[in-house]
Amino acid sequence: MNAAAAFFYLFSGITIASAFMVVSSRNPVHSVLFLILAFVNAAGLFLLLGAEFLAMLLVVVYVGAVAVLFLFVVMMLDVDFAEFRQGFLQYLPVGALIGLIFAVELLLVVGSWVIDPQIVRAPVAAIPANISNTEALGRVLYTQYIYYFQAAGLVLLVAMIGAIVLTLRERPGVKRQSIPQQNARTKATAMEVRQVQSHAGVPEETV
Amino acid sequence: MNWDIVLDLAIILGKSLLLLICLLVFIAYILLADRKIWAAVQLRRGPNVVGPFGLFQSFADLLKFVFKEPIIPASANKGVFLLAPLVSCVLALAAWAVIPVAEGWAIADINVGILYIFAISSLGVYGVIMGGWASNSKYPFLGALRSAAQMVSYEVSIGFVIITVLLCVGSLNLSAIVEAQNTSWGMLRWYWLPLFPMFVVFFISALAETNRPPFDLPEAESELVAGFMVEYSSTPYLLYMLGEYVAIMTMCSLTTILFLGGWLPPFPIAPFTWLPGVFWFALKICMVFFMFAMVKAFVPRYRYDQLMRLGWKVFLPLSLVSVVVVAAVLQLTGWAPVH
Repeated sequence: MNAAAAFFYLFSGITIASAFMVVSSRNPVHSVLFLILAFVNAAGLFLLLGAEFLAMLLVVVYVGAVAVLFLFVVMMLDVDFAEFRQGFLQYLPVGALIGLIFAVELLLVVGSWVIDPQIVRAPVAAIPANISNTEALGRVLYTQYIYYFQAAGLVLLVAMIGAIVLTLRERPGVKRQSIPQQNARTKATAMEVRQVQSHAGVPEETV
Repeated sequence: MNWDIVLDLAIILGKSLLLLICLLVFIAYILLADRKIWAAVQLRRGPNVVGPFGLFQSFADLLKFVFKEPIIPASANKGVFLLAPLVSCVLALAAWAVIPVAEGWAIADINVGILYIFAISSLGVYGVIMGGWASNSKYPFLGALRSAAQMVSYEVSIGFVIITVLLCVGSLNLSAIVEAQNTSWGMLRWYWLPLFPMFVVFFISALAETNRPPFDLPEAESELVAGFMVEYSSTPYLLYMLGEYVAIMTMCSLTTILFLGGWLPPFPIAPFTWLPGVFWFALKICMVFFMFAMVKAFVPRYRYDQLMRLGWKVFLPLSLVSVVVVAAVLQLTGWAPVH
């Protein structure tokens, strides 16, 4: 057994085990933590395939940003498990359907590999030799697939604007501080010096 | 059994141990320097009892932490509670695997080095969130929430600053980034001068990313006692502390590599080139850390909404515009690196 195979079994074993723990652990925060472990090990599998750029992006995007927000939300929510279980039968058909689709897709992928191993060996864009895969990816992404790339960007932009529109609400009576306004205050606009008569005070109407 | 693999592993292990020991000793004195600089600004003496000039203070602190009793709160989530400081410390140390301290002196000179550091430093937030949540108490939880929001926000601008540098270099390899700054102009052509606004943005974002003052809201002692570290004591606390300082060192060395020419001497002429690269690297790290320490000593803490405003409304647009401007300038003038 060479080193690559050893690492493959290590990473894939931990990925599967932690993916199982995601659905089986009772505490949702533990689930998210196991999900993170699964992501990191998937990044390890990418590394073994020689796709180091994808591996790092997986860690930066999914583990470093998406999962942090996941954890954030799960920690804040007070999940009631009894209530959770009640809807179980109601969602069972949808869940079963999605599970079935995944199973069929997995079977198709494995089946095509068994029937014709050449399919998986022939990528759409040929992998150029002598350059790093960051560069190889950039060369096809920004030339051949530029429209798909831009379309994906647009979809994300729309999603972002949608999220902002859904959560934005104007609350009346909130005191807000405007930092430019605070910085623009000078001695002349902020204070007034008066000569006050002894035993007379400041005249009422001018205060 | 293939003995070549075992030998390779042994060599990597030896290098890692050497780096770890050097790093830990360096950090012991950086920590002392931090306290001494802080004291000097406030006209105090700082630690001066253990050893001459207090030189062994950090080691005395280490022993004190290790021999104290670790206390785990009864309602804490024990596994996560103990895992959190380990995560924090191990991740911070893992970033050093790719940092070249001199020409060719990196444990792993991988070609996505800068992305690796970015990925590892973005994981650092988990130590804080896990610790804050597992403590099962108010202040740690608030500290963890603050920290999560803060670190995610400032990572965005750090990412864009790194992209501007990468546009000028044309490689993700850390050694290549340093080599790209190696010209006959010496320190005048390191990226701190041509990309000066980005240097400033990176430095300030690095302060926020490592939870250093003036951005130490997650552990603001005037509001949250000690933030996410309230419930920690003895060795777990030590690990947090160590992780924090290692992360600061990583950020200092990243600033050095991206903007201050890494191991390069200030000018490529005789008296400067006599000294080895690792000396210049250490000197530059110390300089950047001196700036970190001075900021801690004389800048008051930010208010939380100001912190968020600075990250999202000032740094993000500024760094985004600079990516566009730098890319346009490189393309139009033909200075872009070609392959």
